[in-house]
Amino acid sequence: MSTELTTRQKVEAGLARRRRKEFTFRLVGMFATAVGILFLVIFFATLLGKGSSAFSQTFLQLNVEFNEDVLAPNGELDLIYADFDGLIRTALLNELPDVSGRGERRELYRLVSIGAGYQIQEMIAQNSELMGTTQSIWVPVSANVDMLMKGNIDASLDESLRPLSDWQIGWINKLDQAGRLDKKFNTALFTNGDSREPELAGIKGATMGSFFMLVVTIALSFPIGVAAAIYLEEFAPKNRWSDLIEVNINNLAAVPSIVFGLLGLAVFINWMALPRSAPLVGGLVLTLLTLPVIIIASRAAIKAVPPSIREAALGLGASQMQVVFHHVLPLAMPGMLTGAIIGMSRALGESAPLLMIGMIAFVVDVPGSFTDPSTALPVQIYLWADSPERAFAERTSAAIIVLLGFLLLMNLTAVIIRKRMERKW
Amino acid sequence: MQSTTLILLLGFFSIGAFYLGRGHSLSLVGGPGKGMALHSLPGYYGYFVAIWVVLPALTLLLGWVLIEPKIVTALVVSGLPDSYQSLSAGELNLLVNNIRNLASGDVVSIAIDENLRGAADSFNDYLAKSRQLLAVLVIGLAALGGAFAWRKIHPDLRARNKVEGVVRWALIGASSIAVFTTIGIVLSVLFEALMFFQKVPATEFLFGTTWSPQTAIRADQVGSSGSFGAVPLFAGTMLITGIAMFVSVPVGLMTAIYLAEYSTSRIRGIAKPLLEILAGIPTVVYGFFAALTVAPWVRKAGESAGFEVASESALAAGLVMGIMIIPLVSSLTDDAINAVPASMRDGALGLGSTRSETMTKVIIPAALPGIVGGILLAVSRAIGETMIVVMAAGLAANLTANPFEAVTTVTVQIVTLLVGDQEFDSAKTLAAFALGLMLFVVTLILNVIGLHVVRKYREQYE
Repeated sequence: MSTELTTRQKVEAGLARRRRKEFTFRLVGMFATAVGILFLVIFFATLLGKGSSAFSQTFLQLNVEFNEDVLAPNGELDLIYADFDGLIRTALLNELPDVSGRGERRELYRLVSIGAGYQIQEMIAQNSELMGTTQSIWVPVSANVDMLMKGNIDASLDESLRPLSDWQIGWINKLDQAGRLDKKFNTALFTNGDSREPELAGIKGATMGSFFMLVVTIALSFPIGVAAAIYLEEFAPKNRWSDLIEVNINNLAAVPSIVFGLLGLAVFINWMALPRSAPLVGGLVLTLLTLPVIIIASRAAIKAVPPSIREAALGLGASQMQVVFHHVLPLAMPGMLTGAIIGMSRALGESAPLLMIGMIAFVVDVPGSFTDPSTALPVQIYLWADSPERAFAERTSAAIIVLLGFLLLMNLTAVIIRKRMERKW
Repeated sequence: MQSTTLILLLGFFSIGAFYLGRGHSLSLVGGPGKGMALHSLPGYYGYFVAIWVVLPALTLLLGWVLIEPKIVTALVVSGLPDSYQSLSAGELNLLVNNIRNLASGDVVSIAIDENLRGAADSFNDYLAKSRQLLAVLVIGLAALGGAFAWRKIHPDLRARNKVEGVVRWALIGASSIAVFTTIGIVLSVLFEALMFFQKVPATEFLFGTTWSPQTAIRADQVGSSGSFGAVPLFAGTMLITGIAMFVSVPVGLMTAIYLAEYSTSRIRGIAKPLLEILAGIPTVVYGFFAALTVAPWVRKAGESAGFEVASESALAAGLVMGIMIIPLVSSLTDDAINAVPASMRDGALGLGSTRSETMTKVIIPAALPGIVGGILLAVSRAIGETMIVVMAAGLAANLTANPFEAVTTVTVQIVTLLVGDQEFDSAKTLAAFALGLMLFVVTLILNVIGLHVVRKYREQYE
C-alpha cells in the first residue's frame, strides 16, 4: 500500500474540518442577523419603558374659593394681572393648615405647577359666574412631585441629594393618603406648545410646525419630482445635459443632510431674506432634500409601465405628451405615491438641516401659519433630550413614540397603496 | 397676504380662461359637433388661453415679490433726514430693521422718535402702494394675455403643439432643479469658505492641530482670538466613522449572506422588514438612545474593566451609528450578491464546495467591487451623520485614537458654530462653511466613486 493518499481520502480527511467551518460560518451569520433585531427589541423596550409614564400626569384636587376680594380688590376683575396664584396658595394652606413660616410655605407652594394659576384664569375667562363660589378642581402638580409619584425620585436618599425636601415629601404623603393626588391622562402633552416647565410642555407646537413643513414639502416636491422623472424617463435625449442631471440626482440623494441646511442658511435666509425659524424655509430645504428620493422612486414606477401600453397609444395617434399624461402617468401613480410617502417620512424624521435654519428656537406658541416661528417634532426631541430635568427625559421618549407612530402610519399607508393598487404586468 | 389672494385669483382666472377658450374655438367652427374642423382637440385651445392668462402674470408677481422689499427699503432710506444717510452699512441695516419692526408693530430696540415714526409710516405707505400697483398690473397682464390668446384662436392654430411645448419646458425646468441645487450648494458653501480662508490661512485650517473657535464678539472684549486647526475634527470624525464601520461592515455583510444563502424564506420575510425599520428610525432618535442608554452602559462596562471612560465617549456614538448603518450595508451587499450569476454559484456547489466555501471563495470575490462600492457609500453616510454625534459625542476637540475619550466631529462643530449668536461674517461662523465645504467634497468623492463602482459592476454581469 502506498503512503500517498487518494483524492477521495484527502477529501474525506478534510471533511470534518470543512463541516465545522460551515457550521461556524452559518452560526456567525445567524448571530449577525440577530444583532440588528436584538437592538431593535432593546430599543423599543427601553423607549416604551421610559416613555409610557409620560402619558399620565399627577393631578392634585384642591377646593379653590374664587374669592372676589383677592381677584378683584378694586371691584374690577383684571384677567391678566389678577392674583390667581393667590387662590391656589390659599387653597393649599387650607388643605395643610399646620404649615407655618415663610420658608415652609414657599416650599409648599412649589408642589403645584405654575400652570394651576392659568387654569383658574381660563376658568374665569370662560365663566365669570364662578366668582365667589368654591370649586373642587384638579390642578397639575409640579414635575418633581410627578416624578416622585411615578417612583423616579428615591425618597430614601439624603435630603440634599433629591429635589424635594423632607417637608415636601411629608405633605405629598399626607395628600396622597387623603386621596387628593391622582394620575390622569396627560392631555397637556398633546395640547400645549413647548414650556420650561416639564409638566406644561407639549408637542402640539412642534407637531404643527412639522405639519406646515410637510405641506410645503409635498406641495413642491411631489409635482416637481414627478415632472423631473417624466422628463428623464420619457423625453430626455441622450446628451451631456441629461447625463449631468442623472449624476446630480444620484449624488444629491447621498449628500449629508446637514449640507442642505448650509444651503438653506446661505440661500434662503441670507440671500433671499426669508424669515428664520419659519416652516416655509424648513419646507423648502426638505423639498430639496426629498426631491432625489421622489425622482428615483417615480422613475422606477415609470420604468415599470410596459412599453406595449405606450406603443398602443402611439399607434392610435396619440402624441408623446398624451401618451405620458393619459396612460403612463395614471398607471405609474401608485408607485409614485409610495415613493412620495417614503420621501415624506424621511422629511418628517429629519432634523440636522433644520438646526441650521434656526428651527431650534424655544417656541411656546403653537404656530398658525407658514411663516410663524416654530420647531419640528424631531427638533423638539433634540431640545428636550438636552434638558437636564428628569421629567423631560420621560417626555422625550413620549415624543419619540409619537414621532415613530406618525412614521409607522405613513409607511403603512405606503404599503397599503402598493398592495392595493399595484399591477402585475 | 395679498400675494396669496392674487395667486388664488389667477387660479380662478385660469379655470375661466380654459372654458372660454374651449368654447370660443368650438364656436369658430360652428358648435360642439364640429370639433373635427379644428387642428387640435378643443380642450387644447382652452389650455392655450389659460397658459397665456397665468404664465406672464405669475412671472410678474413672483419677480415683484422678490424685489419689492429691496426697492421699498431703498425708498424709505432715501426719505430719511441727512443725518441718517451717513451711517455705516451695519448701522443702517439695524435702523432699517427697527423701522420694519415698528411698521409691523413689533418690538423696537431703539428709542422711537419722529423720524423713525415717519419712516415707518412711509414704509407702510410704500408697501400698500406697491401692493395696489401689483394687483392692478397682475390683473391687467392676465387680461391682456387672455385677450391676446383669444384673438390668436383660429381653427388652424396648432394649439396642442404650443401647449405641449410649454409643458415640455416645465418638465425640463423641473428636472434641472437637481443641477441648480448642486450649484447652489457648491456656491453657497464655497463663497463663505473663501471668505474664511481670507481670515485664516488654508494651511492652518487643514494642518493645524488646535481647534478652539471661540472668538471675541466685540472688538474690546477679552477672549481668545480663536484657532482653527481642523485636524482634531478630522481625526474625531475618522475615529467615530471607523468604529461605526467596524460594527456595521461585518454585521451587515454576514446578515446579507445569511439571509440570502441560509435562512428559510419565512425567516427572511420577518427579518428583512425588521431591519428596514432600523433604517427608517430618525437619526435624532438614535442620538437620544446613544446619549441616554448606550453611553452609560459603555461607561459602566469600561469602568468595570478598568478603563477611564468619558461620559461622551466616541465608542457610544460609533456603536449606535454602526447599528444605524447595518441596513444600508446589508441591502447593498444583498444587491451585489444577487447580481452574481447563478451559474457561478451552481458551478461551485456542483464541484463539491460547501456553501460557506462557495460564498467566501466564489461569490464574495465576484461581488467584491459591488460590496466595496456599497461600503464607500456607507462611509460617506457615517461621515455626514449629524444628530447621533451632536447628541452623543462631545464638543472637546481632542486629538486621540482612544475610543473611550470624548472626541468631536466635523458635523458637530458645524452645528455648534451655527447655532448661536454670532455675526454672520465672523471667522467663527465662516469656519462652519469651510467645514461644510470639506464635508461636501469628501462625501462627494466617496459617493461618486461608490456609485460608479456599484453601477459599473452591475452592468458587468448584465
